[in-house]
Amino acid sequence: MTIGQHLPENYHLRARFETIFLQPIAAEQGHSYFQAPLLSAQKGAGSGDSLPHPHRPPMSSIISVANLSKTYGSGFKALKNINLDIKRGEIFALLGPNGAGKTTLISIVCGIANPSEGKVLVGGQDIQTSYRKARSLIGLVPQELHTDAFESVWATVSFSRGLFGKPKNPAHIEKVLKDLSLWDKKDNKIITLSGGMKRRVMIAKALSHEPQILFLDEPTAGVDVELRKGMWEVVRGLQQSGVTIILTTHYIEEAEEMADRIGVINKGEIVLVEDKATLMQKLGKKRLTLHLQGKVTSLPESLSQYRLDLCDNGATLVYDYDTKGERTGITSLLSDLRNAGIRFNDLDTTQSSLEDIFVDLVRAS
Amino acid sequence: MNYRAVRAIYLFEMARTWRTLLQSIVSPVVSTSLYFVVFGAAIGSRISQVEGVSYGTFIVPGLIMLSVLTQSIANASFGIYFPKFTGTIYEILSAPISYVEIVLGYVGAAATKSIILGLIILATAGLFVPLHIHHPVWMLTFLVLTAVTFSLFGFVIGIWADGFEKLQMIPMLVVTPLTFLGGSFYSIDMLPPTWRTVALLNPVVYLISGFRWSFYEIADVSVSVSVGMTVAFLAICLAVIWWIFRTGYRLKN
Repeated sequence: MTIGQHLPENYHLRARFETIFLQPIAAEQGHSYFQAPLLSAQKGAGSGDSLPHPHRPPMSSIISVANLSKTYGSGFKALKNINLDIKRGEIFALLGPNGAGKTTLISIVCGIANPSEGKVLVGGQDIQTSYRKARSLIGLVPQELHTDAFESVWATVSFSRGLFGKPKNPAHIEKVLKDLSLWDKKDNKIITLSGGMKRRVMIAKALSHEPQILFLDEPTAGVDVELRKGMWEVVRGLQQSGVTIILTTHYIEEAEEMADRIGVINKGEIVLVEDKATLMQKLGKKRLTLHLQGKVTSLPESLSQYRLDLCDNGATLVYDYDTKGERTGITSLLSDLRNAGIRFNDLDTTQSSLEDIFVDLVRAS
Repeated sequence: MNYRAVRAIYLFEMARTWRTLLQSIVSPVVSTSLYFVVFGAAIGSRISQVEGVSYGTFIVPGLIMLSVLTQSIANASFGIYFPKFTGTIYEILSAPISYVEIVLGYVGAAATKSIILGLIILATAGLFVPLHIHHPVWMLTFLVLTAVTFSLFGFVIGIWADGFEKLQMIPMLVVTPLTFLGGSFYSIDMLPPTWRTVALLNPVVYLISGFRWSFYEIADVSVSVSVGMTVAFLAICLAVIWWIFRTGYRLKN
């Protein structure tokens, strides 16, 4: 049990309390409570530091992964020298293709798998030598729907709280179930629930012991759009109350919508860790689409410098440009098009999504 | 010590027993009653007394042991295997609990169920044959020791098994034959000398002998040897479990 868990659910007060009281404790334990740098991904990952949110205090590191490797008995290297720091109070999205090592990384931090090499600190506590303190800070929602089919929702969530050594608190369990729209199902056996409800039961179990860190491994897999958005609201609410959230997802729009920072992992290595906004700005591209008046079969030589693509059988012309560049080339392109006698009815521009950036990064790595 | 976690696991496992009352309690009681009808009444009526005790009465400790051994293994192995099978073991492994606490929860619940079952069978036996227990404290001691030891053994099997077939294999192919051949239904003194020596290699002989002694003061081997063998087996099981958790064998890799 940690001191912070007794704090009111006001993040500012909690952070102030931790700054005053927990920092010296951590210092005594020989660990910097406010670890710097806030992230240190290998392979030249960006710093990702940015000005703190105006409504939130500066973030310290709550999870620190150093030189972590995992080799399975078969010889397969699932993780290769991972270095990663998660800031207190942020929503961190870990993206990666299937088999990239996301779940292995989470499993090691949560105590489900043993690391082969390296060190992990959770709230300043070593996950191996101070596993009780470290694990009591964490709530885990695994990827697969692992549930006790014949237990009631209330019983299974209460069981989780007991497992983490917390005294009974029916009011808290009630709040969690209500927040997750499970209250009217509290007496139902889990086997009778839909997939989306089971997913929420797993989140309720993870929140039952009031964790400071919540791992969500593919939290919205198999959840319909409406429920997914409801779940995002819950996650945002948790962040407001001071919970740090680490989520892995296949829905890139989820990361784009939710995350403060993005980490990309591929083949057991961290490819990049970056503030979402910075990442979008640095690696994002814009696309200008021109809808032509008539179909064009080939482009004149005067336009070859622009790397244009003719699409829709010559009905549209597509031009990708870099948002960071001093000159986008749009003005000269439009001028050269007019000189070449190519007219258009309409035009639009679109920003590349995180998904485009992610695909590019994974391919490059 | 995370007592709340031990309590949570223990109560969870006990709740499973009450939920599956028919399978957990009623079924073993019915099958034991059938043993009394077949061996005690039908066949037993044609067998003269064994060491001064009627045959029906003689087999009571053996029958209790037969159920306690098999049920301890079944309860404990299933208790830890099922979370592995369904994946809910993730929660146990990620909770702030030590290995000792995990074992206390699962093995404690499995042993409790077996002890309750043993006492129910004892009461059932009382309906069929006259019973007099010479050493009730020793009887309970043997009952508890055996239930705990074989629940630990079942826990090991549950960790080791990676399929339902393996879960059943050791209890069916090893434990049940050893129990039947361990003097549940006869005194090993009734065997020819060579087979008697072979029978002494069977650890279950010592359990049943000690347990029967607590009832009727009849024993195949000395009581101290029975206690020693039970404690030795308990120590072996504890050592194996310690190794399992130290290495994460079939749990964390």
